[in-house]
Amino acid sequence: MSHEQALLEVTALTKRYGEQTVVDGLSLTLPAGRCLTLLGPNGAGKTTTLRCLLGFTAFDSGEIRLAGLPVPERAREARASVGVVPQADNLDPDFTCTENLLVYARYFGLSRREARARVPELLSFAGLAHKADTLVPDLSGGMKRRLTLARALIHRPRLLVLDEPTTGLDPQARHLIWERLRQLLREGIAILLTTHFMEEAERLADDIVIMDRGRKIAEGTPHELIAREIEPNVVELYAGRDEAAFAALVTRLRPLFSRMERSGETVFGYCHDPAPVLAALEGNPQRYLLRPANLEDVFLKLTGREQREE
Amino acid sequence: MSHPRVPAERPNLVRAFTVWRRNALAWRKFAISSLLGNLIDPMIMLFGLGTGLGTLITNVEGKAYLVFLVPGMITFTTMNSASFEALYSAFARMQIQKTWEAILNTPLSLEDILLGELLWAASKSWMAGAAIVLVTTLAGYCSARMLWALLPVIFLVGITFAALGLIMTALARTYDFFMYWFTLFITPMGLLSGVFFPLSTLPELIRTLALALPLAQAISLVRPLAEGHAPEHALASVLYLTILSAAAFTLALRLFRRRLLG
Repeated sequence: MSHEQALLEVTALTKRYGEQTVVDGLSLTLPAGRCLTLLGPNGAGKTTTLRCLLGFTAFDSGEIRLAGLPVPERAREARASVGVVPQADNLDPDFTCTENLLVYARYFGLSRREARARVPELLSFAGLAHKADTLVPDLSGGMKRRLTLARALIHRPRLLVLDEPTTGLDPQARHLIWERLRQLLREGIAILLTTHFMEEAERLADDIVIMDRGRKIAEGTPHELIAREIEPNVVELYAGRDEAAFAALVTRLRPLFSRMERSGETVFGYCHDPAPVLAALEGNPQRYLLRPANLEDVFLKLTGREQREE
Repeated sequence: MSHPRVPAERPNLVRAFTVWRRNALAWRKFAISSLLGNLIDPMIMLFGLGTGLGTLITNVEGKAYLVFLVPGMITFTTMNSASFEALYSAFARMQIQKTWEAILNTPLSLEDILLGELLWAASKSWMAGAAIVLVTTLAGYCSARMLWALLPVIFLVGITFAALGLIMTALARTYDFFMYWFTLFITPMGLLSGVFFPLSTLPELIRTLALALPLAQAISLVRPLAEGHAPEHALASVLYLTILSAAAFTLALRLFRRRLLG
């Protein structure tokens, strides 16, 4: 895909609030049919990046082209090609599901007839066909999210922007959203997603950009990131009642790992070959888990384990 | 370093209408109770005060007290309705329901949204004012002769107080803030603008100052029209309210831009 066709092109974006640099030299490219995920802890600059590229805040330097148009100068027109699912639901509580879609369609200049034709297919896509005449306050959290997704698709956007779309949802609701998003990707829509759910990023993303403190600190497909940034195997060791024995075990195992980290009650040992570790653990009552490294390990390695403030 | 700003847009009437329409559709769900409330409340005031005080005050500027009070109530009700919509309802849509945030994600600008809100608040207050005009005209307390001018003037009054109200909404952090507007501006203005008693009862200095109040200007238009004749300084008052509305709306836009597009 050539750069002219990219739905989103961000070059060296920098945004400051006073003395604080919130986004620092960020570059992104998103072609059609792909999902780009911005992954980062709280305060990494994900939401500010979205605000910049939709034209809701001006930035200090860099360049953004959204659907081929320069932002913020022509952001309003560019938004005609974009659907947005915000972090917090902002559906219209006065309206039913159908009315929410019909009213929203008007903002995009759809005629009454076009909007009416589009509503049933969107409601069934969102699994809300049976809730067409239900008022928004009577929907569950998952239903509200699905209606927000349907609303963002009313004008057949080429790019879908989702800001932490499944935060606060139960696993069933989350899986349903993911399934729908994969369906949209197959249909050729481009998706820009921010999340701090590793599973979400691993399931959906073609490309992941890990952000921390406004900077891009790693980039690649989920597999690339795992292969490049981290050892392939992880042994998790759980501290029992006997702290001294556990400490002794950890000391004994230390040379067998290429890297070791402790987070609360758990010690994470990273290694290429787990066989010597397993041999050393044999006959030991220690509780442990051997698993392949995942995106979360990459994320924690790159952004650290300490708690971030909102 | 200069702080970068999102470029300002010129509000577009067609796009603003979609916001107006959204508010109208939401209002329609509660239209009957809303209209009745808008009508019954001022009517109780009007006929209560009009007949109660009317027995004590038999003659105000050569008219029965109720006849004097009718144009005052039309204007006062329009002002209150526009203020409530531009303050509380607009604030709810901006801050609580995040309706504006949802609309901003479409090809509408903040300017379009605010123009839609301004026109909606004026429309809603127009309905409240026009409802009283209708009832009092049928009851014979308001002249039908100048209705063609009275009805658009009521819309202008609505625009003026909606635009002023939006400034407060742009500055408000919570609903409590709006109390200042009502207790320090709206209520005293109601007493100084000839709603309940004629300005001629006020001391000379206060009367002159009071004429600068938008409500006094509004009443100087509404009262003669409701009595069936042309206002004395009609053009000056219309210009005053128009310029004040434009200035207030421009200021409100600047404040909202700073608040929401920072």
